Amino acid sequence: MAEPMGFFTDVSVCIGCKACEVACKQWNQLSANEGGAPQLSGNSYDNTRTLDGNTWRHVRFVEDFSDDENRTQARWLMMSDVCKHCVQAGCLEACPTGAIIRTEFDTVVIQADVCNGCRACIPACPFDVIEINPVNNTAMKCTLCYDRLQAGMVPACAQACPTDSIQFGPVRELRERADVRLQELQDRGVEDASIYGREEMLGGLNAFFLIEGPPEWYGLPEDPKLPSSNNLAGEGIFAAISGVVLAVMGAISFRKLGPSRRAAEAERMNADSTNDTSRPQA
Amino acid sequence: MGRGAATTFAESHKHADCIVIEGSNMAENHPVAFRWVMEAKRNGATIIHVDPRFTRTSAMADIYAPIRPGTDIAFLGGIINYVIENDLYFEDYVVNYTNAATIINEDFEDTEDLDGVFSGLLEFEGDPINGFEYEYEAGTWQYEGFPTTRAGRQGASAQSGEADAGGQESSDAIGGQYFEDAPSGPPFDDLVEYMRPDGMPQEDPTLQDERCVFQIIRRHFSRYTPEMVERITGCPQDKFLEVAEALTENSGPERTAAFCYAVAWTQHTKGVQMIGCAALLQMLLGNIGRPGGGILALRGHATIQGSTDVPTLYHSIHGYMAHPSALAPHESVKNYLLNETQPTGYWANTPKFLVSYMKSMYGEAATEGNDFGWDWHPKITGDFSHMASIVRMAQGEIEGMFCMGQNPATSLNGTFERSALRNLKWMVVKDLFETETAAFWYQAPEVQNGDISPEEIDTEVFFIPSAGVGEMSGSFTNTQRWVQWHEKATDPPGDCRSDEWFTHQLALRLKALYQDSQLPRDEGFKNLVWDYDYDPGDYPEDTRIQGAPDAEKVLKEINGYMTDDPDQHLTSFTELQDDGSTTCASWIYCGVFPSPDQNLAKNRRPDPPGTPGSHQNWAFAWPANRRILYNRASADPEGNPWSERKRWVWWDADEEQWTGYDTPDFLTGKAPDAEADPQGIGLDAHSGTDPFIMMADGKGWLYTPSGMVDGPLPTHYEAIEAPIQNPLYSQDKNPIAKHWPVEGNEAIAPGDPDFPYVITTYRLTEHHLSGVMTRWLPWLAELQPELFIEISEELATEKGIGNTEFVRISTPRGSIQAKALVTRRLRPLVIDGNVVHVVGMPFHWGYMGVVTGEATNDLTLLVGDPNVAIHEGKSFMCNVETT
Repeated sequence: MAEPMGFFTDVSVCIGCKACEVACKQWNQLSANEGGAPQLSGNSYDNTRTLDGNTWRHVRFVEDFSDDENRTQARWLMMSDVCKHCVQAGCLEACPTGAIIRTEFDTVVIQADVCNGCRACIPACPFDVIEINPVNNTAMKCTLCYDRLQAGMVPACAQACPTDSIQFGPVRELRERADVRLQELQDRGVEDASIYGREEMLGGLNAFFLIEGPPEWYGLPEDPKLPSSNNLAGEGIFAAISGVVLAVMGAISFRKLGPSRRAAEAERMNADSTNDTSRPQA
Repeated sequence: MGRGAATTFAESHKHADCIVIEGSNMAENHPVAFRWVMEAKRNGATIIHVDPRFTRTSAMADIYAPIRPGTDIAFLGGIINYVIENDLYFEDYVVNYTNAATIINEDFEDTEDLDGVFSGLLEFEGDPINGFEYEYEAGTWQYEGFPTTRAGRQGASAQSGEADAGGQESSDAIGGQYFEDAPSGPPFDDLVEYMRPDGMPQEDPTLQDERCVFQIIRRHFSRYTPEMVERITGCPQDKFLEVAEALTENSGPERTAAFCYAVAWTQHTKGVQMIGCAALLQMLLGNIGRPGGGILALRGHATIQGSTDVPTLYHSIHGYMAHPSALAPHESVKNYLLNETQPTGYWANTPKFLVSYMKSMYGEAATEGNDFGWDWHPKITGDFSHMASIVRMAQGEIEGMFCMGQNPATSLNGTFERSALRNLKWMVVKDLFETETAAFWYQAPEVQNGDISPEEIDTEVFFIPSAGVGEMSGSFTNTQRWVQWHEKATDPPGDCRSDEWFTHQLALRLKALYQDSQLPRDEGFKNLVWDYDYDPGDYPEDTRIQGAPDAEKVLKEINGYMTDDPDQHLTSFTELQDDGSTTCASWIYCGVFPSPDQNLAKNRRPDPPGTPGSHQNWAFAWPANRRILYNRASADPEGNPWSERKRWVWWDADEEQWTGYDTPDFLTGKAPDAEADPQGIGLDAHSGTDPFIMMADGKGWLYTPSGMVDGPLPTHYEAIEAPIQNPLYSQDKNPIAKHWPVEGNEAIAPGDPDFPYVITTYRLTEHHLSGVMTRWLPWLAELQPELFIEISEELATEKGIGNTEFVRISTPRGSIQAKALVTRRLRPLVIDGNVVHVVGMPFHWGYMGVVTGEATNDLTLLVGDPNVAIHEGKSFMCNVETT
C-alpha cells in the first residue's frame, strides 16, 4: 500500500466560501439539491444542511457570540465537513457486499457498481456521512477523489480551497502540520482549539480536523463508536448475522427503493434544520 | 497619489505586520486574494476588520470594530488625529516624501473655518443633468505662488466632463485666462515649457508654519477625537483605540501595514474622499511604496481594472487621460494639452500619450495638418454616467441602448430604471442568460401585478446570447494591475458569440453603412481604424465560428508600435513621440507586447517559494511591470532600505542605479542626491528624493490642491439619507454630491421616524452582482437560494420578527419582501446618544433564473459621488415591518 493519504481541515483559516462544495459537486458530477432551489435554512449561511449521498463536502457555520450588548466574545466559525476515511471504518465493517473497500491510499471508497443499496453502511457510520444518492440509488460519499489520486492529482476540494483550510497529503505529514498549527493557536490564546480525529479515535481519522470549541458545535460525536463495539457478544456472532444478511441481500436489490427513501430523506432534512441544537445560542 | 490603481499586489500582504480591511468583505468577495491575508496572519500579522456587519472577513480578523455605514472618514480621521497628536507619524517619510511641508495659499479656508465647507463654494449653473447644486472654484486651494492657471489636469474636467468653475468656452483659455501666445506643436515641448510655473513650491521642513499642509491637516482633524469617533460611528472608544494602536505600532521603518478596500468605500456620496483619507493616513505612517504596505483596491469583476485602463468610462480616454469635452476649452489638441498637461512630473508627457492615442484611433488619416483628427473625436457634453443616463432615458432623451454585462432592471432604484427602460425604442441585451433587463417588459413586478401591461411598452428588445470566458481569447487585468492572457478552450454553443466577436461585427457593419456618407459628422466613423481581422491564412482552424477578430491585434494596438513599421512594437512608454511617429492606444500598457512573438501577458513563470515574490515573469503589471508603485519610497532619502526587514528597491552606489526585487518606479539612473531643476519640465523638476513621479511636485499628496471636485481634504459628511444630522458641522452632507431630484427618486430627511433603520447592501461569496452568472447555475444557486435581510436579535425582538419569517422592507422608492435572517452578527449601535439599528441585504436577486427573489435595488436611490458618479448603495434608510 502506498502511504496513507488524507485531509487536514483547519477551522481556524476556513472562510466558509464553499468553493470545496462546488468543486466537489462539479468534479463528481453530483446534482444540486432541490434543483438548485432549496429553501433558506435560517441556520447562519448554511443552506446545504448536511452531508449525504449527493453532498460530500458540507461547510458548517457556527455563530459563537456572547450575550452582552458588545458581543465581547465574537466568533463565526466555519468548518468544511467530509467523510473521515476512518482507519477503523464502520461502513466498511457493515458492508455485506464488499462494495466498500480500503484503497491503496488507505482511504475508504464505496464502489457504486457493486453497491446494491442495502443501507447497512448508513447507520454504521458514527458521523452520519453516508446516504443514498437520489440519482443512482446507491450509497455514496466522498471518495477522497480516488480517480484524481490514481492520476496523481490533488482532490478537487483541496485544489479549490483558497486559504489552504483543506490540506491534502500523507497523513503522517498532515498530523505534524496540524500539531504545529495547534501550538500556534494555543500560543495566540485560542484555548479551545483541538485536533479532532487523532490515532486513538477509531484508529485515527485520515480526514481529521482542527476545531475551535467542542465537537458537538460541528455535529461531531465526542466519542464515535464502531457498530461492532455495540455488540457485547463479540465479533463471532456479528459476523454470523452479517452472513445471513448478506445471503438475503443477494436475492433482493434495494436499489428500487429510491423514491420513497428520497421523501423520507427530505423529511429528515427538514427535521434537521428545525432541530439543530448543535450550534451555540445564535 | 496619481494613478488609478492599487499601489500594491495581494501577495505583498505576506510581508505585512498589520492589515486593515475596511470598506470590504474581502474573505467573501475576494477569497483568492484573501489567501495572502491568511498567510500574513500565519506569519503573525494583526488583521483588523472595520465594518457595520460581522462578516466572514471579521471571522478571520484579530480585531473587529463595528461602525455605522458611511462613517469611515470619521473613523479614519480619528486615527489621523491620534497619529498627529501622539507624534506617531513617520517623520522622515512625511517630511521628505509627502507635501506635508508645502505652504498653501493664504486665502484657503478650511471646513474648520467655514463650518463644514471649503473656500470657493459656488452655486452650480450648468446643466441640471449633471446632478450638481453647488461646485467649488479651487483657486484658493492651491500651493502658495502656484495658481491654478498653469497647473493643467484640472480635476473637474478630468472627472466629470464639466468645465471648471469659472471656466471659459473660448479658445486658449485656462481657468478664465487666455494664452494666445502659447506655442503650438508638434513637438509640444515648448508648450509644456511655456506652461511650467516659475520656481518650486514653498516649504517649511520643520512643519511648524501655520499654513503648511501638516498644520492644516492637524487643525482639520483636531475635532475627530475618540469621543467624536464613537458618537458618529458607534464604534466604542476602546475598540477604536485598539485599532489605532495596532496600526501605529505596526508602522515605521521596521514594520509596515496595508489597507484593503472595495466598493464599500466607493459607493457613497463621498467615496473618493474615503479612499483619499486612507491614502493620507498611510502616507503619514510611511506605508506607501513599501512591501507589506500600500492600499489594495479590490475589484469586483474579473477585469474591472482593465475596463478603466482601456476604458468603458465616459469621462476618460485610455490611460487615464480626460475625455475631450465640449464644455472645456478642448477645441484643439493644443488647447486640450494646455488644460490637461501637467508640466512637471511624468504627466508632462501627455502630448506623447495623446497624439499616439489619436494615431491609434485614426491611423494614416490622423496628420499634423488635421490636428491628428481631433475634430472627429467625440466630445462629451456633460455627465454620461449610469445614473445621469438613466435620468436622460426617463426624460425620453435616449432612443436605444446596448446592454452588455449590465443588468439595469435590478440596478439602482430599480423601479425607476425599469420605468426609464420603457421609454426606449430599442434595446440590445447581450448576456449569458435572459436577464431581468431582457425580460423587464413581461416579468417585472409592475407588469406581473398589472400596473403596466406589456402592450403599453414599445421597447423592442433584442436578446443576443453571449459566450463565457473559456469560449474566447483575450486578456484580463486583475485587481493588482496584472494583464493576464487567457486562451479560448472551446467554441461557444449555438448562436452564442463573444463580446469581441459581436463588437467587431457591429463595427464592420456600421463602417460599411457609413462609407458612402458625405456628411462631415461621419468623417470620424469613416476614418476610424478597424483592422482586427486575422491576416490571410492565420484564421484558427479548430473552430466553426467565422468572423472573429484577432485579439492579439487589439493588444498590439493597445501596446503600441512604430507607425511606419507596425512589426516594430514599442517596448516602453518612454519611446512614445508626440509627432505621430508612434501609435499607442493606452500608454500605460506599453511594453506588454514588446515584439510580435512576445506577449508578456502570457508569461507564467512564478518566483520560487521563499523569495520576496514580485513575480516579474508572471504576466505583465502596468506600468512597466512594476508590482509596487512608488517603490522609491521603500528606500530612505539616501537610497538605502528603511530597514533590512523591509528591503524592496534601493540605490546601488557602485552601479549608480536603482535596483531591487521589483522594477524601480523611478528613473533608473537618477541618484538620491540629484537636485530638482526649478525650471525643468517632467521629471527634471523632481529631485532624487521625490518618489511620487506622477505628481507635479513628486510628493505624495496629503492635501490635494487639484484633482478632487469636493475639497482638498476628506471631511465627514452624513449620507444623503442618515439617521442623524452631522455632529461635526452645520454642513450636513457633501455639498457637491450628485443628486437627481426627479419623481420616483425621493430621499428622506434626517431622523424621519417612518424610515428609522440604516440599511447597507452587499454581495455574498456564493453569488456575483445581480446574479446573472450565479443564480442560473444550480450548484451556486443552492448555496444561497433566497433573498434575506440580516437583522440583529435586538431588532427582531423589538419588532416581533422570527428567523426565516417574511418581512417587508420599504423606502420612499420601493417596497420589497425578504426572509429575515436573525443573527447576533449584527448589532445595534449607539449613535449620538441614541440606539440605531443597522440592517443589511444582499442584492443578488431578481425575477429570472433558477432562484428568484425581489430586487434589493428597488430600495436604493440615484445619488452619487461628485468625482466619479458612483451611487450611494452602502448607506441609506429604510423601514422593516412584519408582513
